[in-house]
Amino acid sequence: MRTTRTAMALLASLSIVAAACGDDKEAASTTAAETTVAVTTADTAAPETTAGETTDTATPDTTGGDVDYMWTPNADLLAGAEGQLNVVAWAGYAEDGSTDPAYDWVTPFEKMTSCSVNVKTGASSDEMVQLMQSGEYDGVSASGDATQRLIAGDEVVAIDTAEYSSYADIFDGLKLQPWNSVDGKPYGIPHGRGANLLVYNTEAFADAAPDSWSVMFEPGSPADGAVSVYDSAIYIADAAVYLMATQPDLGITDPYALDQTQFDAAIKLLNDQKALTSQYWGDYTVQQSSLENGDVLAGTTWQVIVNLAQANGAKIDAVKPVEGATGWSDTWMLSSKAANPNCMKLWMDWIASPWANSQVAVWFGEAPSNAKSCDLDGMAEHCATFHASDDAYWKDVWYWTTATEECLDGRTDVKCVPYTEWVDAWTALRS
Amino acid sequence: MGGCLDRTPVLIDANEGGKAAGPSPPFRPAGPFRRINRAFFGRRRLGVASTLGLPLLWMLGVYVGSLLLLMVSSLYELDSVTQKPSNTLTLANLSDAFTNPSVIWVMVRTTMLALGVTIICFLIALPVSFFISKIAWRRARRGLVVAMLMPLWAGYLVKGYAWRAMVAPAGGRFAANGKGGGGFLESTFGWTPGYGRAAIVITLVYFWLPYMVLPIYAGIERLSPSLLDAAGDLGAKPFRTFRTVMLPLLLPAVAAGSIFTFSLTLGDYIVPQLVNNGKEKFMFGTLINSTLGAPNQPLAAAYTLWPLLIVVFYLFAMKRLGAFENL
Amino acid sequence: MRLSRFSRASLCAMTVMTIVFLYLPLLVVARLSFNPQKSVSWPGWRGYTTSWWGKAWEADGPRDALINSCKVAFASMLIALVLGSLAAFAMTRFRFFGKTSVSFLLVLPIALPGIVTGIALQNTFSRTIDLGLFSFKVGFGFHSLIIAHATFCVVVAYNNVVARLRRSSPNLLEASADLGAHGSQTFRFVTFPLVRSALVAGGILAFALSFDEIVVTTFTAGSGFETLPVWIYANFSRPNNVPLVNVMATFVMLVSIPLAWLAQRLSDGGDES
Repeated sequence: MRTTRTAMALLASLSIVAAACGDDKEAASTTAAETTVAVTTADTAAPETTAGETTDTATPDTTGGDVDYMWTPNADLLAGAEGQLNVVAWAGYAEDGSTDPAYDWVTPFEKMTSCSVNVKTGASSDEMVQLMQSGEYDGVSASGDATQRLIAGDEVVAIDTAEYSSYADIFDGLKLQPWNSVDGKPYGIPHGRGANLLVYNTEAFADAAPDSWSVMFEPGSPADGAVSVYDSAIYIADAAVYLMATQPDLGITDPYALDQTQFDAAIKLLNDQKALTSQYWGDYTVQQSSLENGDVLAGTTWQVIVNLAQANGAKIDAVKPVEGATGWSDTWMLSSKAANPNCMKLWMDWIASPWANSQVAVWFGEAPSNAKSCDLDGMAEHCATFHASDDAYWKDVWYWTTATEECLDGRTDVKCVPYTEWVDAWTALRS
Repeated sequence: MGGCLDRTPVLIDANEGGKAAGPSPPFRPAGPFRRINRAFFGRRRLGVASTLGLPLLWMLGVYVGSLLLLMVSSLYELDSVTQKPSNTLTLANLSDAFTNPSVIWVMVRTTMLALGVTIICFLIALPVSFFISKIAWRRARRGLVVAMLMPLWAGYLVKGYAWRAMVAPAGGRFAANGKGGGGFLESTFGWTPGYGRAAIVITLVYFWLPYMVLPIYAGIERLSPSLLDAAGDLGAKPFRTFRTVMLPLLLPAVAAGSIFTFSLTLGDYIVPQLVNNGKEKFMFGTLINSTLGAPNQPLAAAYTLWPLLIVVFYLFAMKRLGAFENL
Repeated sequence: MRLSRFSRASLCAMTVMTIVFLYLPLLVVARLSFNPQKSVSWPGWRGYTTSWWGKAWEADGPRDALINSCKVAFASMLIALVLGSLAAFAMTRFRFFGKTSVSFLLVLPIALPGIVTGIALQNTFSRTIDLGLFSFKVGFGFHSLIIAHATFCVVVAYNNVVARLRRSSPNLLEASADLGAHGSQTFRFVTFPLVRSALVAGGILAFALSFDEIVVTTFTAGSGFETLPVWIYANFSRPNNVPLVNVMATFVMLVSIPLAWLAQRLSDGGDES
């Protein structure tokens, strides 16, 4: 009979574990709900007060109550706030202070709106499109190559700019662009823009800092065999940018409008590049740790990765090479199947408001979209460095765009290689 | 083939039987159950339907249904603008999956890797299980088997992550100060396979080894000791006894273990992320996952047919070897 | 079979090495959870801090994920036990057409690579299924995870129960019937006591299997519902969260391994008495 008793004892202990789990969760959610209610009422009653003051009683405020967040939630949206939202975002677009306590624009938002933010980090535009297709997310920070697919697939909806107090202050150069509007109707709130940079190890390149993508494509540089490449089909455009400068005979005028010959040349370049490459990075942390470890001496990168790695002591620097670069201009979009549309709209308004927008711009290392961001203390320098209002600077930055069969550069005599074939070619290249 | 039942003697566990029959149940009339009993009495179909119905419905409805739907979804063309499945039917995805040389090459490479992992697991599991079952101090046996199995419980990601920490390589010449100290192996032995293929194989072997040890140990336990003694008495050297007596009898157990080592390796895409750092080329699981994220759901669905067919085929082969009685 | 001293010694050495191989990585993670630095680099045996344990305890993310994991595992364990033991009774008590295919069917979800199962279920759950009379969409969340996990846990429960039933002599049932017991009495006094410990064992295994699962979970969890493996998966490479990952990984080992050991020991004790 011992088996019986022991078996029962075990089952009992298991159920105790499970019960404990259950109790915990209930307790946790109850407290959460209580907090939420408290904050909501406080905010609805006096929407003009800032978060720091209203929520001190519920939770100790670690961000400091004296910060002026320069944003007032839209009262109508706030009244209908669902309590949470699920967003797909680029790494570093929704920081809650867990990476660096000084950078937290999620917590103030949560306090002001009672919308708790669940972030799913997308590693590439492709992945973001897939995640949005699932209909499980309320919105996305989409780059230009994702926006067109999202709009065409009815994953996102046009926005009513009246609901967004921040929209008026967005740089005109970012509004109603081909990648974020259809027939003059805006499909989201511009977030900011930046260029994909060349990162290099300052010690390995102690003699001469590189200023050309050639260190990633030509053998013999100090980074030969230690090159880090972004693992996405869109990287084919980076090869095309390099070819624009080095093989003018090919006649490439737009790295996203490649006919078959030009495309084949880019693929050949990328195949040759394999010999120099030690890493294809999808997750930004992979490249970050390799930069710190010195496994990677040159690569294509985002400013935020450089910042993070430098903070950990990596001896690196980044530059926009002479050939120009690919880049992005991102737009926050609202899902057509959003389960929490009000919270999402509030978030979109918040992230484009001067304070939050300046925070994310500094953190990620990109140009803000809100003109007023540049008026904040210490932001003028950042806006100058990242050419926030300098449209000339962006001439040789090729924003990520989805290649289509109809050539984007206006050529009608040839057909261009559509993006789906870019993906196939990239898969073949990587396998 | 009659499976292993013909070859392994069915042992009735005396303890088991005695224990169960021990307390004599009071036989009072069963009351409300009586009518149900009567309804079932002698009605085999009703009995089968009432017991098997629910699980069968679940497995067919949820699982086989899903697999069929998946196959159907591979027949739709991808809309090249929205990158969602359109309503147009096409065989292009299937033909790509089965004729594209680069896809086939990835599949072949991954299958080889899976076989390699299986063989390594077998080579480790066999002597170890033999030692535990036949040589180790009798009182230590149970403990040893349990010790072999416990790591199974530590969690797949936990273990993968542990190997990430084990094999982390030393930094390069230009590593940041205080960075690139290297993982446990590098720091302790001054050697590490680093991230990459070797680390993938080691981690996979580590994952699936207990799955191989358990059935082989059970198989050796089931071997009648007299059988081995008889072989010895007839003059067979240990190796010969092993080869001609033990191995054939253990085949079903090995087959059972290999189901997990082989097929779980075949579709893995997380280990390459954990211990690869973007170095090694695609494994097939990675290919499927990245195609799904392309996003190209129909093509990814077509690609899944590869592991699906290979594993089903493999299962049939193992079933013939009697593996299913040894799971 | 007689083996030379050398063979015995080398087999012994191999076993010891295998056990070291199996436990060393776990020890390394456990030690790293007390590592003052935020990296997976080996810090040696000096320098300890317990601060990460405190931080992990306070952080919401891992705790919520742990609770979610417990819930999913417990629910899918219950379903798997019901389905698995029903199937086991059918397989041992009756003969019927297609019997050999059933065990095949049950083992399929666990034998097929997780990514196949995951994509298949994701595809199904995301569709509106029209059955003529009514249509429905499963969608994603807690419920879809339970369905998915129960599906591949059935085989574990089934295997344990079926093994026990096969080992027990059919004579027992006949004897019970000869003594005048009805089917339900036989079940209550003979069959159920027989399989009770097998059910517990199967239940624990199913719980562990579900608790541990990452691949199918990634594809069927949807947004906003995180289990512990999903949390670890999302954070293992983030330098700032590495210490918390170390702690949670160690925590999982500290809870699950003794529990498994206890289960094993208890059922062993039963066998020997």
